[in-house]
Parts: sequence; structure tokens; C-alpha cells
Amino acid sequence: MTETLTQTQALAAEALAAAGGRRTENGQQDRAPAVVLENVGKRFGAGPAVLEDINATVRQGEFVALLGASGCGKSTLLNIISGLDVPSSGALEVPSDGAAFMFQDASLFPWLSARGNVELALKLRGVGRAERRVRAGELLELVNLGNAADKRPHELSGGMRQRVALARSLAQDRALLLMDEPFAALDAITRDLLHNELERVWKETGRTIIFVTHNVREAVRLGQRVLLLSSRPGTVVAEWQVSEEHRTNAAKAVELTGDITARLREEIRRHA
Amino acid sequence: MPDTVTPPLLKRGSAEEMRSLGAGLDSLQSETARRKRTDLSRVLLPLAAVVFLVLAWQFYVSLGFRRRDQVPGPLDVLGSLGLLWQEGTAQEAIWTSLQRGVVGFAISIVVATPIGLLLSQVRLLRRAFGPLVSGLQVLPSVAWVPAAIIWFGLSDATVYFVMFMGAIPSIINGLISGVDQIPPQYRRVGSILGASRWEMAVHVVLPAALPGYVGGLKQGWAFSWRSLMAAEIIAMGGTLGFGLGSLLEQGRQLADMGIVMSAILVILFVGIAVELLVFAPVEKRLLRGRGLLAGSTR
Repeated sequence: MTETLTQTQALAAEALAAAGGRRTENGQQDRAPAVVLENVGKRFGAGPAVLEDINATVRQGEFVALLGASGCGKSTLLNIISGLDVPSSGALEVPSDGAAFMFQDASLFPWLSARGNVELALKLRGVGRAERRVRAGELLELVNLGNAADKRPHELSGGMRQRVALARSLAQDRALLLMDEPFAALDAITRDLLHNELERVWKETGRTIIFVTHNVREAVRLGQRVLLLSSRPGTVVAEWQVSEEHRTNAAKAVELTGDITARLREEIRRHA
Repeated sequence: MPDTVTPPLLKRGSAEEMRSLGAGLDSLQSETARRKRTDLSRVLLPLAAVVFLVLAWQFYVSLGFRRRDQVPGPLDVLGSLGLLWQEGTAQEAIWTSLQRGVVGFAISIVVATPIGLLLSQVRLLRRAFGPLVSGLQVLPSVAWVPAAIIWFGLSDATVYFVMFMGAIPSIINGLISGVDQIPPQYRRVGSILGASRWEMAVHVVLPAALPGYVGGLKQGWAFSWRSLMAAEIIAMGGTLGFGLGSLLEQGRQLADMGIVMSAILVILFVGIAVELLVFAPVEKRLLRGRGLLAGSTR
């Protein structure tokens, strides 16, 4: 078992990003990679491999949806990318300043108000008191929660809590944002709304986002690229490009969603 | 499995429409303002319970099974309490005991809190000293009175020592169990947010453990108050001030049941007053702030 962990220097990455921007044939912006996974594998103790030979590159400013059935090791992969866990084999390149993380439950601290939760993230980053307050206000405004800043988490709805969590992860000011099924527990209307908000925030802040979900429609709605992860062991088995047209044209959306769903079901049936 | 696909998610609605939709959802889904009204049953029910017990007591006494000087009625006790109050003995005893209780408890908090944090955070220390601290909590602190008298004589040090032995383990244990009950996700969020070990303790662990800690403090107060009374009953004279326990013991020596019952009632009353005026509001505020009181019987 080898364990190699290379980390790009944030400065070098930024310089690359500034210098980059050359256009590829299909017209997509070809930026410096933010995350590179090379043959990443993970097993816990002597158990079976959870992840195997994962190869993927996520470019800066890209929105990638990571799709997979339950038990495909999506969360393990996110933990590895964020540095909460280390791979058993393979190498990965991640931003040296780490990643912001958003969980399925908002995981807000119940003893702090919405503003307090966002301010804590700023404080732990070393932002001064006066600036913290201003920044937290701006971030809450960004997720349309300016009016609820002084409420405690239990006074907020599930969707509002997730928006506070989004503001908090933006407060971390990391170029990379990892999201682990953040909208899975929300009702349909709230989820639609948060899809719009997340897309808007992504465009306004230029973050690189890796969004884990088991919902094909959500993956197509949000991702520029959808990666399908197989289960046990998890590895990338298919990839789709999603264009803006797939989000506005019903026929195209149905077609792509159908394709991906069929492939996902095929993966699940292999375990029958 | 039918191979039908549910309709895809499409972008719909203008930004303005989505904003008003969001605002509507927010106001529908968030908790509505709580009604605030003073609940009379909170005052009347406990009062009724006390009246009932006093009446039962009076009824038992009026049956005349025992001599009146052995089992005095409520009015007799009230009379001797009034006498003690007029002499100033009651006030002096309450003041002395309360002062000792507060000082001893405050020192216990200052000593126990860092020890509790350390034990809960450092595995080696926890494994080594955890069982001992739990054991000390089981050991009645009165057991330390003879040793304390031999070491410190009949001085205030004896009383304080016994209180510490009662309160400190109990506060440490409360803090440790509060820390043990922190959802692991909080620490995970803390480390994602980049908290150092110290920042984790101050900004995540301590506030998250606060309800358990306050529970420990409450129990710590109860233990120190009990220990204080026990110490005052056993250790009298010397340079020791005259506390409620001393009053109780004096009543026994004089075989004056009026004084004995008065002292017991005052000790009980001080305990209730501290609970109602100090701990209950703090605890309630703490739990309500975290949304933990909904549906409770408090």
C-alpha cells in the first residue's frame, strides 16, 4: 500500500488560474485543475475496498455532480478530498488550504444565532471582530437571510438552516466547496429554490464545487459535469457533460436524465 | 422495475418570483412567535402542595399519638422560628452557612472545571483518573469529616475541605458526561472550520457541553450544601462560625424540637430558593435557547 499525498501550493494554483483561460475546441474554459485524483483507493482495515482506482480531475470554478447509489463511498471520497481522511492507495492533489464542507444536515451550532454560526467560521479563520460582523451580514444577505440573522437554528426551517450552512461554508473562503447531499432532507419546493440559490451563489463567488447526490435530476440540474460512481468498490464508471440547454429544454433534459438513470440502475442491478 | 423517468428539474420562474417564493416559505416554515403569558398554575400548584402537606402534618399532630414536645405542630414550629428570628440567631446562621456555601461552591467550580475539561479531552488522564473521580462522587463527603477535624481542627478549613470533596467530583463528572454527549458532528464541523485544539475546546466543546455542565453544577451545589450541613452538625465550636447545621445540633442538645424543625425547614427552604432563583432560570434559558424545551413538562 502506498500513500502519497501531494498538495499544490495555493499560490502556484492561483498563478496558473490567472495565466490560464485558454479555450479548448468545444469552447469550454480550460482552467487549472483544482482537484486531481489518481488511482485513489480506500479500504478500512482489512475490509473490502470502499473506493478503487478513482481517476478524476475537477477544474477551478467547475461544478461537478458526483452521482452514485447508496454505499458507493461518495462520502468517503469527499472526506478524502477534504483531508478528514487519507486514501489507502493512489495520489491526490487538492488545494493546500483545504476545502469548505457542507453536510446533509446543516450541522449548525444550536447555541449560536445564524449570524453567530457564520461569524464563528470567520473567527476561526482569523478575521477581526469588526470585519466579522460585516462579512457575516453580507454572506447572510447573499443567501437571502438578512432578516433571520439573529435567529437560533431551531427557529429556522430546514431550508433556511441549509442556507445558513451555505453561508458558513462560504465564510471559510476556500476555493473548493464540497457538498455531501446537502438538500436530500428537504421538501421538493424548498429544494428547487435552493438549487436556484446555489447556482446563483456559485456564479457570484466562482467557487469550485463538488456536489455529491444520489438524485439524478438534481445532478443534471446543477452539475456542469456528472460523474457516476459504481458501488462496492466505488470507482468512476461514466461521465456526462451537461449544457445549459439540458436545464431549460425539457426534451433534452428528459433524454439526459433517462440516460443517466438507466446507467445508474444498471450499476445497481449488478449487485442483485 | 418500470423504466419510466420522473420529469426532470428545469429552471423556472424569474429571480423575483423565486425570491418571493422563498420569502413565503421562510415565513411559513419558521417557528411562529411564542405566546408569553405568566402561567398561574406554576405558582398555585406548588403552593397547594405545601398547604396540603402542612394540613396533613397538623392533622397528624392533632390526633395526639405523640407528646407535643416530641412532635410539634406547624404553629409551634412557626412560633419557635419567630423567636429565633427575633433573637437574630436565624439570620446569623443563614448568613454564615450561605456565605460558606457560596464561597466553597465558587472555589469548587474554579478547581473542577479545568480538571473536568482536561479529563474529558485527554484520553490518558481520563482512563487513569476517571474511575477514581466517579468513585469519589459515590463516597459520602461526610466520611471526610473526622479526617478533616484531625488535620485542620475545628476551623473553617474543615468545613471547606468537606464541601470540596463533595462538590468537586460531582462537577467534574457533570462536565465529563456533558462532553461525552456532544454529537460527533460538532467536532467534525469544528475541524472542518479549522479550529485548533484550544479553539475546539473553547468554541465547540465547552458550549456544546454546557447543558451537562450546568446539570453538574446543580448537583455540585446540592452536594456542597449537604456536605456543609453535615460538617456543621458534626464539627461545632472552636473558631467555627455558627451555621444552620450548628443551629440544628444545638436544638438537639437542648432537646428543643421547635429549633430542630425550624433549622430543618430553613435548610430546605434555602435549598429550594437557590434552585428556583439561580439554577432553574439559567437552565431554562439555556435549554430554550437551543430549542430543547418544546414538549417538556417544565
